[in-house]
Amino acid sequence: IRLSRLLSPQVAMTKLGQWLCGLALLGSAWAALALAPPELQLSAPFRQALLPLPVYLLVAFGCYSLATVGYRLATFNDCEEAAAELQEHISAARADLLQRGLCF
Amino acid sequence: MAAGGVDKFSVLLPTYNERENLPLVVWLLARTFQESGNNYEIIIIDDGSPDGTQDIAKQLEKIYGSDKILLRPRARKLGLGTAYIHGMKHATGNFIVIMDADLSHHPKFIPEFIRKQKEGNFDIVSGTRYKGNGGVYGWDLKRKLISRGANFITQVLLRPGASDLTGSFRLYRKEVLEKLMEKCVSKGYVFQMEMIVRARQLGYTIGEVPISFVDRVYGESKLGGNEIVSFLKGLLTLFATT
Repeated sequence: IRLSRLLSPQVAMTKLGQWLCGLALLGSAWAALALAPPELQLSAPFRQALLPLPVYLLVAFGCYSLATVGYRLATFNDCEEAAAELQEHISAARADLLQRGLCF
Repeated sequence: MAAGGVDKFSVLLPTYNERENLPLVVWLLARTFQESGNNYEIIIIDDGSPDGTQDIAKQLEKIYGSDKILLRPRARKLGLGTAYIHGMKHATGNFIVIMDADLSHHPKFIPEFIRKQKEGNFDIVSGTRYKGNGGVYGWDLKRKLISRGANFITQVLLRPGASDLTGSFRLYRKEVLEKLMEKCVSKGYVFQMEMIVRARQLGYTIGEVPISFVDRVYGESKLGGNEIVSFLKGLLTLFATT
C-alpha cells in the first residue's frame, strides 16, 4: 500500500485498517523487544514488565470500559419533566384540534 | 437559500400506523414554527398504513393548508431510507428536519437545532440523548444499559465525533442529506449511524443539541435479540468498510 494512497483524503483507511496497522506496529515493537537475543535485551525489570504488558493493557481496557459504561448508565438523565410536559401538550393539542374540526 | 433568501424548513415524517400520534406531532410542529417565525412545510410519507393514518393526514391538510402539509404516501412499507429520498424529492426547503412521528421527539427542540446550526454554520445538527441535559424517559435499567453499552462500543470502534449515532432527530442542509442518501446502504439503526460516519468522511460539520427522548406514549417499542444482532452486524460492517 503506497504511502500516498494512505495519506490522500479520498482513499482513507478504514477503521479496521487503522486498528490492524496500530496493532501490527505495537505488536512488532513488543515482539522485537521480547524476543531480542540476550545481547540486545533490556535489563531484567523492564523485561519482566514488558512480557505480560499486552495482557495488562487488555485488562486495563476492560476495567476502563466497565467503569465508563457504568458511570454513563448511572448518570443517564431521566426526563420526568419532559414526559409530564408532553402529556400537557397532548391535551392542549387534542382540545385545539377538536375545535378545528378534526375527527380523531 | 430557499427562494427569496429566507430559510425554509422541510420536516420529513415517515409514518406507519401513526393515526393516534400524527395529529399531535403536526399540531406541535405547526405551533413551534409559528412561534419561532420560521417558514416550514411538513411532508408526511405514509407507507400504506392500514389504521387510517392517511385519512387523518388528509384532515390535517385541510386544517393547515396544502402548502404546509404535503401528503406523499407510498403503497406499502418500503423502509426509512427510501422514505427520506421520496420525501426530499418534494421538499422545497433548504433545510430538512428528520424526526420520529410517535412523539418520542418533541418539536420544541427544532428552534434549538436551528440556533445551533446558525451558531456554527453546521451542515448537520444532531439531537443527542447522551450529552448535556439530554436524556430519556420510560426506559428501564436494562434498556439504558444496552443503549450505553452499544454506544460505547460504537465510539471505540468508529470514533465518530458525535455522541449519539443511533438518534434520528436531526437537521440537515438539504444538499448534504441528498449527498449522504446516495452513499448510505444500511438499514434501521445502522442507517442513522452510517449517515454520521459518511458525513464525517465527506468533511461535513456536525453540531449537537441535547434532546429528551420520551419513549412511546402510545404503542410499544421493540428491542429484541434480533435487533441487537443486526445492530452489531451493521456496526462491524461500518467498522470494516469506512
